[in-house]
Amino acid sequence: MDYFLQQLINGATLGAIYGLIALGYTMVYGIIGMINFAHGDIYMVGAFISLIGLMVMGALGLTFIPLALFLVVLLAMIFTALYGWTVERIAYRPLRGSSRLAPLISAIGTSIFLQNYVQIAQGARAKPLPPMVRGSVDLIHTGNFQVTISYLQIMIIALTVVLMAGFTFMIRKTSLGRAQRATEQDMTMASLLGINVDRTISITFIIGASLAAVAGLMVTLYYGVIDFYIGFIAGIKAFTAAVLGGIGSLPGAMLGGFLIGLIEAFWSGYFSVAYKDVGVFAILVLVLIFRPTGLLGKPEIEKV
Amino acid sequence: MTALRLRTELVDALIAAFVAALLALPLLGFKLTDSATGLSLDYRWPLVGYAAGAVFTGRLAIGQLRHFFGARFDRTRGQSDIYSADPGRARIMFGWALIAIALVLPWLPFADKGLVDKATLVLIYVMLGWGLNIVVGLAGLLDLGYVAFYAIGAYAYALLAKTFGISFWLCLPLAGLLAASFGILLGFPVLRLRGDYLAIVTLGFGEIIRVILQNWGEVTGGPNGINSVPRPTFFGLPFSAISPTGPTFHEFFGLPFSPVHRIYFLYYLILALALFTNIFIIRIRRLPAGRAWEALREDETACKSLGINPTLTKLAAFATGACFAGFAGSFFATRQGFISPESFSFIESAIILAVVVLGGMGSQIGIVFAALLLVGLPEWFRELEQYRMLAFGAAMVLIMLWRPRGLLASRSPTVRLGKLAEAAS
Amino acid sequence: MNKDTLPQRILEVERLSIRFGGLLAVNDLSFAAHDREITAIIGPNGAGKTTVFNCLTGFYKPGVGRIRLTHADGRDYLLERMDDFRIAREARVVRTFQNIRLFAGMSVLENLLVAQHAALMRASLFSVAGMLGLPSYRKAEKIAIERARHWLEKTELIAAADEAAGSLPYGAQRRLEIARAMCAEPVLLCLDEPAAGLNPHESLELNELLLAIRAETGTAILLIEHDMSVVMQISDHVIVLDHGAKIADGSPQAVRADEAVIHAYLGTPDSEDLPPDLAIGIAKAGR
Ligand SMILES: Nc1ncnc2c1ncn2[C@@H]1O[C@H](COP(=O)(O)OP(=O)(O)O)[C@@H](O)[C@H]1O
Ligand SMILES: [Mg+2]
Repeated sequence: MDYFLQQLINGATLGAIYGLIALGYTMVYGIIGMINFAHGDIYMVGAFISLIGLMVMGALGLTFIPLALFLVVLLAMIFTALYGWTVERIAYRPLRGSSRLAPLISAIGTSIFLQNYVQIAQGARAKPLPPMVRGSVDLIHTGNFQVTISYLQIMIIALTVVLMAGFTFMIRKTSLGRAQRATEQDMTMASLLGINVDRTISITFIIGASLAAVAGLMVTLYYGVIDFYIGFIAGIKAFTAAVLGGIGSLPGAMLGGFLIGLIEAFWSGYFSVAYKDVGVFAILVLVLIFRPTGLLGKPEIEKV
Repeated sequence: MTALRLRTELVDALIAAFVAALLALPLLGFKLTDSATGLSLDYRWPLVGYAAGAVFTGRLAIGQLRHFFGARFDRTRGQSDIYSADPGRARIMFGWALIAIALVLPWLPFADKGLVDKATLVLIYVMLGWGLNIVVGLAGLLDLGYVAFYAIGAYAYALLAKTFGISFWLCLPLAGLLAASFGILLGFPVLRLRGDYLAIVTLGFGEIIRVILQNWGEVTGGPNGINSVPRPTFFGLPFSAISPTGPTFHEFFGLPFSPVHRIYFLYYLILALALFTNIFIIRIRRLPAGRAWEALREDETACKSLGINPTLTKLAAFATGACFAGFAGSFFATRQGFISPESFSFIESAIILAVVVLGGMGSQIGIVFAALLLVGLPEWFRELEQYRMLAFGAAMVLIMLWRPRGLLASRSPTVRLGKLAEAAS
Repeated sequence: MNKDTLPQRILEVERLSIRFGGLLAVNDLSFAAHDREITAIIGPNGAGKTTVFNCLTGFYKPGVGRIRLTHADGRDYLLERMDDFRIAREARVVRTFQNIRLFAGMSVLENLLVAQHAALMRASLFSVAGMLGLPSYRKAEKIAIERARHWLEKTELIAAADEAAGSLPYGAQRRLEIARAMCAEPVLLCLDEPAAGLNPHESLELNELLLAIRAETGTAILLIEHDMSVVMQISDHVIVLDHGAKIADGSPQAVRADEAVIHAYLGTPDSEDLPPDLAIGIAKAGR
């Protein structure tokens, strides 16, 4: 029982990170119908920028950790968002309106480019970081029955929930959100009605990348080690999460993220760590077979 | 007028340079170095300046080029524009010429062991590209895990040949069949889904196969893979210097021993396999099955309204494509003599897909060019490992931007009434 | 009237309903279509005509209702239970689309061969005989090409046989879609606004084509049409839909004079929808 609860907490933490990345996939897919294959690598770039940011704070002698973290989150979001924006601008925008495969290939190329760029710029070896946020709370502690949640885990889950709620509000209620939904429905019509489609799409990429940057910072703090390759597998899983939740749906991405995190934690905990990715994909396939539009996706009948 | 243009271009380039500097600042400006005492930070400010400078000049140069070539950069082409009613006589001649070159390549004066070996590698990707072309180019299904079937073929050959001593020519169809069965197993539940879901499921499948290969140590050898996979023989004659079981290739033909024999043999073997794949595709395109694949790519709803079962048709394409990957995998295993999960990572799937799409979807010759460009060319830059992949990624993006439909996108009809009428009269 | 003189009832739709969210797109609709007849379905935009076709051809599954198709040999098919591609292949209900759906990158002839997929697939023994180039398959392919040629001649597309379908002018694309459907040898041919976007001359030719199809093959035709002149000239039977429900059913003349029909069309805010013939009818009714 205690083991179960502990895995639940670990899974939720992991799921929060996947959920943040998944939001980027789902928003981009929703608006331009493309799998942004480079998004996982944007997250990786975000992790590196965060790590460098933390080191810079250290070099500047800023030792008050909450303030340092706050500044790093901000900086990482800004710089990673710039990467996201640039990628869209250079590699995707000129291909809007051509076949479905062209932007996908371009995205895969971007992904390969970013991986090798970071590898060349920062070296291939994994970068370790000593733990910065220490301490934990014992939720239950009786005899050998022990469940703990670390401050870091609390921070990750809380920050994720806050960010998700904020962005959902933004997309539901603001004019930016309306522009996004209009562009999603019909790009030509939206632009005829005076919506700046290019800008709307750019902002979507910026939001997605900044959320990925937050995920990157969290992973850096949580695992204490990153390398240039982390974007690939996390990207696949986050995309899986988006599909699982119903691609195009924001709450779906969050739900999917948490579920993938939980599946992974429980699969590792109860079956096998080596095969945890197999578990994730097996469940994805099952869900797609029985609910092809994902858990929260609207079942739609294609208009003929 | 020109002054104004220059001004706008300068401003434009300045903005681009500024963005580049910002992008470079965190990742190039700082360098994380890990030493015994932990991470430390180095500063490389000049790199930020170089990046900005390079982007500034590059941007200006592109502006000038665009001005000079003007209309050539116009990339808008419609769906039926790539169609040509012309049977493409020039293209067919060109194809024959390529085959002729391939046949005599090892005997050309400048050909050496290294070149033939590189050509073999290119041909593997040509074959894989043609195989994936069935799935992506003809049937329009997005398969991001093609390498899984390649891996299945390779391991099937290695295990069958090593454990049971089955010969290459018997293993080849078996490996193909096994890969095709996996294709059916995977395709059956997911081919009913929307196209993008297929992409993610195949991607996941590729990873699953790799994870299994890596962890199922008793059978697959785990991360260490399988070594001393039986090497190819010339109808039973091994290509080794001496053999305990009978005459070797060089003894039988009274030649002095040379390791080149095996390399040349492997080259012709993959050439034959690739040509077989090509002939298969040319023929199937003219059959109802192949036409249904293309029709499905064009409009699935219309296909259903004409009585075509889309799931079954897609499944056939998926399994056929997988089968050819299985063949190629067997060849890979016997060529290397050693296989490990490392050879079957996602990047391989990405390269094969890039070969198909950059070649020009559905174009057989385009795939040859793309394979030469993406696989052959980088082989000359082996030493620059990371920079090579960096350029590879950038090239994928640039080629797509330059020709979104691929290098040689064109399709001519598989049957022509005009030609039939000519033949009748 | 003697039962024998009536044409055989081929399609029978009973109490068909389908709902999209809050919208009842088709509401308790019953009608029948007969062999060798052209049955027109008319109604204002959004009345649910295309949705009825989608139910008939299996693209939508109706919530309620039964759709029975009877072949000349007496075999019955309950279409609401069948997969879309089975309906085309086995029950032989073949349709065209309101927004033309051709295989745009393939040639005109190839489009017509794809329509004969099932027969050719069998003849090629699922590609085996075809791969080997056996004479049995070559013969079957020749027959298929002959059939294609026949319909290309009927639709005056023979000169464009080797062109890309997507490069044809609009009117030719509409005709090609009909030719393609005919190559699938339908028992019931469903045409969704085949005259939309045609000029008066092309529209006239379309009428003749439809009459020729009926005369030659005896195929029953179900026709969604906006152009009243087409409906009045060639249909034997007219069904009028409004807001998903049937408001009139009868001969063209009877329907033209029907009050409910006139009101349905008058009620449409978009007055351009008003067919000229109805306008006359309305004028008469107003007097
Ligand atoms: N797949 C669908 N999902 C939701 N609404 C639909 C769908 N298909 C049709 N409708 C709605 O049903 C109504 C009838 O549409 P339709 O049958 O296309 O009308 P028409 O008579 O012009 O052909 C319309 O209001 C349309 O928006
Ligand atoms: Mg309609």
